[in-house]
Amino acid sequence: MKNDYFIQDYCHIKDNSVSLNGTQLFTQESTDFNAFIKSAYQHFNTDYPKFFKMDRLSKMAFIAADVLLKNGQHSIEESQNMAVVLSNRASSLDTDRKHQESINDQDNYYPSPAVFVYTLPNICIGEISIRHKLHSENSFFIFDQFNADHLWHYSNSLLNTYKADSVLCGWVDVDQDKYEAFLYVVSSKGSYEHNKEEITRLYLTK
Amino acid sequence: MSELKQELKEKIIEQLNLEDVAVDEIQDNDPLFGEGLGLDSIDALELIVMLDKDYGIKLADPKEGRKIFESVQTMAKYIEENRSR
Repeated sequence: MKNDYFIQDYCHIKDNSVSLNGTQLFTQESTDFNAFIKSAYQHFNTDYPKFFKMDRLSKMAFIAADVLLKNGQHSIEESQNMAVVLSNRASSLDTDRKHQESINDQDNYYPSPAVFVYTLPNICIGEISIRHKLHSENSFFIFDQFNADHLWHYSNSLLNTYKADSVLCGWVDVDQDKYEAFLYVVSSKGSYEHNKEEITRLYLTK
Repeated sequence: MSELKQELKEKIIEQLNLEDVAVDEIQDNDPLFGEGLGLDSIDALELIVMLDKDYGIKLADPKEGRKIFESVQTMAKYIEENRSR
């Protein structure tokens, strides 16, 4: 398989901090996820009122993509045909539980439409696509753990078959008090080689 | 009626997660959808659930919502006339 692609930039959200290419951009100590992600939204002057309607998975994916695409090296032309390939372990379980709680009691049965619409993991791709006007290929995969091999194969395939000029891909996982995002952009130019070892190394970067 | 309108404004902000809107920024006759608060179709469904849960009003036809949810004023009037709790 042709593989002369590169990773342009990568973004981590974990342990109450947001970083780009290994450099911490924002951190907030001793707080829960909800307060942390709201502070991150404010810190980056995100200005997108619909953010507050999203579930926790979408909020985290949205901020990670925003940080990458606003501060990274990619050009506006590349964004025109940028595919999105995301993955995680918990799917939309965090929101599924919230929905389940609202329908457990038959005498108090009021499911929230605003919660229900987030009971699929790929909704976060929709939120990113609306924000950045992406109209190209997208997929969401569920794995037991971060799968560099699959992401590498799938993004190479999209680029080799001209389905996309660049790929926003990675891992976004939220499950109760655990959360982690690792997103990166693959393109024909960039600072890091695009191979399984490098993807894994960047994923494990603190 | 004015108490109910105040209550509705607070509920709308809380239940629709309008974090950047304050109660006193919503005028009684402001349109809730489109140019006004900018609510969307999912918000409309949330308002239908709110009518049922908090005021015991079941809308048989969701299209009725278009008139009822024009503004806080129209919502309050409809609730006063139809509430069972």
